[in-house]
Amino acid sequence: MMHVQLVASLSGHADSVWCCVWSPDGRTLATCGTDKAIRLWSNPALEKGQDQKEDARTTDGGWKCVTILSDGHSRTVRRVAWSPCGQMLASCSFDGTVCIWTLKEGEFECTITLEGHENEVKAVEFSSSGRYLATCSRDKTVWIWERDTNSDDEYECVSVQSCHTQDVKCVRWHPSEDLLASASYDNSINFYRDEGDDWVCEFTAASHDSTVWSIDFNRDGSRLVSGSDDRTVRIWKRYETENNVGVAPSWKVISTIQGFHPRPIYTVSWCPNTGLIATGCGDNNVRIFAPDPEQISCETDDAPNFLQAALIQAHTQDVNCVAWNPKRNGLLATSGDDETIKLWQISDYDIRI
Amino acid sequence: MVFSFFGDSQLENATPQVFDTVKERPVTAAELDDNVEDPIDAREVFDLIRDINDPEHPLTLEQLKVVAEELIKVSSQTKTVQVNFTPTIPHCSMATLIGLCIRVKLLRTLPREYKIDLSITPGKHDQEKAINKQLQDKERVAAALENPNLLSVVNKCISELNY
Repeated sequence: MMHVQLVASLSGHADSVWCCVWSPDGRTLATCGTDKAIRLWSNPALEKGQDQKEDARTTDGGWKCVTILSDGHSRTVRRVAWSPCGQMLASCSFDGTVCIWTLKEGEFECTITLEGHENEVKAVEFSSSGRYLATCSRDKTVWIWERDTNSDDEYECVSVQSCHTQDVKCVRWHPSEDLLASASYDNSINFYRDEGDDWVCEFTAASHDSTVWSIDFNRDGSRLVSGSDDRTVRIWKRYETENNVGVAPSWKVISTIQGFHPRPIYTVSWCPNTGLIATGCGDNNVRIFAPDPEQISCETDDAPNFLQAALIQAHTQDVNCVAWNPKRNGLLATSGDDETIKLWQISDYDIRI
Repeated sequence: MVFSFFGDSQLENATPQVFDTVKERPVTAAELDDNVEDPIDAREVFDLIRDINDPEHPLTLEQLKVVAEELIKVSSQTKTVQVNFTPTIPHCSMATLIGLCIRVKLLRTLPREYKIDLSITPGKHDQEKAINKQLQDKERVAAALENPNLLSVVNKCISELNY
């Protein structure tokens, strides 16, 4: 039986917390929201290797806000993203801009502001190589920016993709390739790849019946999970060129998780280490899904079954973001409209991935 | 369609039908008693939105029968408020703005943990599905409310003017 423990409840943001994301080394959590600020949280006790002290008076479990970046944006900061090296942060805002923050002498400074989108920027993410940055917006476009090889402080827009017909909600890079996925209010997910002279939208995955709020790749990038306003979570499998089943290169739904979420699913996170999928829902709850253990022994690659392994009454309002720590197995960060960030330790899972 | 309704000065529905308004809700002894819990009910939610002004007429949403008590469902157990509203004509371009005004009024007055499900009364608008989707998208509503022009229009509609 899976065990869930609340490790910390963090407050500081003055309004909805839209996003929480771990640094690549798993030591720092970046959060942002309607109050226009970005906060960085870390735990000095863990750094020193000390055991966490049980202190009934505090609820933060030793996690403290160590930095507040509040002068970058004039409206809601919708998402933040870390560069793979952990030395840079990108933030995107309803003000239509993206800020790149660079660590200089121990402090993050806004070194670049990227402009170009016509409306709110909804998401930003660095590619795993660190060479590219993707952004998406209410203006229906996805932009791909390339880092200048001569200067760290410059990004050039190398492609503007207009395959979506509506507001683009989320962008995600493949964990090892320069392959980009985007999810939209038009209910679809698009996949983009560099064809040499330009980026092309190589596949449109349309199966959801409403807005796709969030997507995430699994560890090796052969699967993608999506969460939607249609109250379902779908698992997609990648069919590459010359696959042995003779399917054209594509992404196909191989599993649909339905009947669990009574309201929109705003966020999904697929843990690269444990294989657990966490979802955050408009019903204030976080759910954790695990592959069906009955299926482990048989060949179920094309029709995996997922079971709800935990239901966490996580927040008092909508859950906007969930994020698995990349280094500490089972440590989950969640954030919501109730202005709080919570850290949960999941244990006693037994899953082979 | 984005939240856009500026520029067109022609009235869409020049002669709307005007309806009677309901009487003030009588205050009961239990309501005056601080020891008795008064759960939020449909009438209370109706009272919050009935006096919202129509964007183009000097009339309230109640007088135009855009909102009605029987189109409101409240569950204080699950903390949900379900509101249907009826545009005066099936192609009303103000429907999104009216819906946004209702949502903003409820967001500001109901306890924050209440979930507000707002949609057009089924069958009462040509673009019912698209408008409902937009009004239920909390990210787009949040962004719209950071637009100063739009916010001032909404504030004007929900402020309590006396005609």
